[in-house]
Amino acid sequence: MRVLPYGDRAFLLEFDDVHQVIAHHAAIVAAAPPGIVELVPAARTILVEVDVSLRTLDDVVREVTALDPLPPDADRVTPLVEVPIKYDGPDLADAASAVGLSVESFVRRHADQAWVAAFTGFAPGFAYLVGEDEWEIPRRASPRVAVPTGAVAMAGPFTGIYPRESPGGWQIIGHTDVVLWDLDRESPALIPAGHRVRFRERT
Amino acid sequence: MSEHALEIIEAGPLATTQDLGRPGLMSMGVPRSGAADRDSLRLANRLVGNPEASVGIEATFGGLKVRARGLLTVALTGAPAQARRNGQRVAHNSVVRLRDGDVLALGAPRAGARTYLAVRGGLLPGLVLGSGATDVLSGLGPPPLTIGVVLRVGTSPNALPDIDLAPRPRLTNSAIELPLTWGPRADWLTTESRQRLLDTAWTVTPTSNRIGLRLSGDPLDTHADRELLSEGLGQGAIQVPREGRPILFLSDHPVTGGYPVVAVVDSTAIDAAGQAVPGQTIRFRLSRGRATR
Repeated sequence: MRVLPYGDRAFLLEFDDVHQVIAHHAAIVAAAPPGIVELVPAARTILVEVDVSLRTLDDVVREVTALDPLPPDADRVTPLVEVPIKYDGPDLADAASAVGLSVESFVRRHADQAWVAAFTGFAPGFAYLVGEDEWEIPRRASPRVAVPTGAVAMAGPFTGIYPRESPGGWQIIGHTDVVLWDLDRESPALIPAGHRVRFRERT
Repeated sequence: MSEHALEIIEAGPLATTQDLGRPGLMSMGVPRSGAADRDSLRLANRLVGNPEASVGIEATFGGLKVRARGLLTVALTGAPAQARRNGQRVAHNSVVRLRDGDVLALGAPRAGARTYLAVRGGLLPGLVLGSGATDVLSGLGPPPLTIGVVLRVGTSPNALPDIDLAPRPRLTNSAIELPLTWGPRADWLTTESRQRLLDTAWTVTPTSNRIGLRLSGDPLDTHADRELLSEGLGQGAIQVPREGRPILFLSDHPVTGGYPVVAVVDSTAIDAAGQAVPGQTIRFRLSRGRATR
């Protein structure tokens, strides 16, 4: 873990891979150090913004860097979101062949493994889900102008679900009817960073 | 009880409702938003005896015209736009009383970009995630104000303060200097370009908005061969995209970005950046405050 400067009221933690990000983000969320205003996990980093009227930056750096990472494991009480999915996306065959699997085995592997929302971004409610398999799915050569709401798509090692219609270059492998973003819900995002996800195949 | 409200007669180039935003939701993909010049909004609220985080109006480049419904106590702060009540000039950074039907109109600001109007009791637009701030990037919050919109006014729990005029440093459209510290990706700039970031008189371009100031000047050289994965963005972050012209992020910045953040403007100087106008010159200097680590 490296601590990088980010102005007079924030700092950036940098890690070697997304799994370390997930484990350290979980540790910070569990410890809930006072004075943290924003916690923004990303692919290799976590941005930590501090209310410096409550605590000094150095103080929070010391506490956060001393935490032991919490690797995802079944015992932990991490919220689990079940996402019913129909594997009927137009790019399903391309995604399967990109990782050298038949469509059938690809679907089984995708639904069998546990996914974790490593970070959010792109649009409110969009989560970058990381699975157990280190898949590497290429983006489409040409992005679509409109990816429909509820499309389940993959790029690199990530699965994502489009909270609303947007342009996108990810490979669409299926779709779901769950509502990812709802301002009338207590927590508008269905899948905040740190939540686990299971895809349940709907036929 | 008669209804107290503010009716928008003209909105000018851009008028939005703003408060101090939606902190703590960035992990959900929601940017903070809120007034681009927070200190001015806080002052306006204090002048009329509101809690500092009450919702007011942020008028960009003046042009706002409102009509009072019921007796209202208001204050104008931020960019000093000539303000008239029924045609008669009223003071800036001061308390102004409006009777039912009175019209308050803003001219173009003499300096600065954003004027704040606070109303005693606070405005009551529909809140989104606990805030009445309009976020022009994510589209969250009330839509920008348009002619005919009527904003209800609440009641304030506080007494009016004894002061009714607040002395403020003058805003300027001449060159301003913003202090910064080097950011997480400072090493993505060549040594020569790091120096050039500090030596250049940057010009604020007309494409600047609440999301950020886009600056023009001799482009900086980044190590373009490197690929950065998106990472969290904060207010005051100076990001340098491949073409080399810096962007200084303000209230409605995206939650993450994929270009290197090479420096971060001191939090105390972000309000001044939020008042910069197109064509204005910005210089950066290394902060006298100590580095963050």
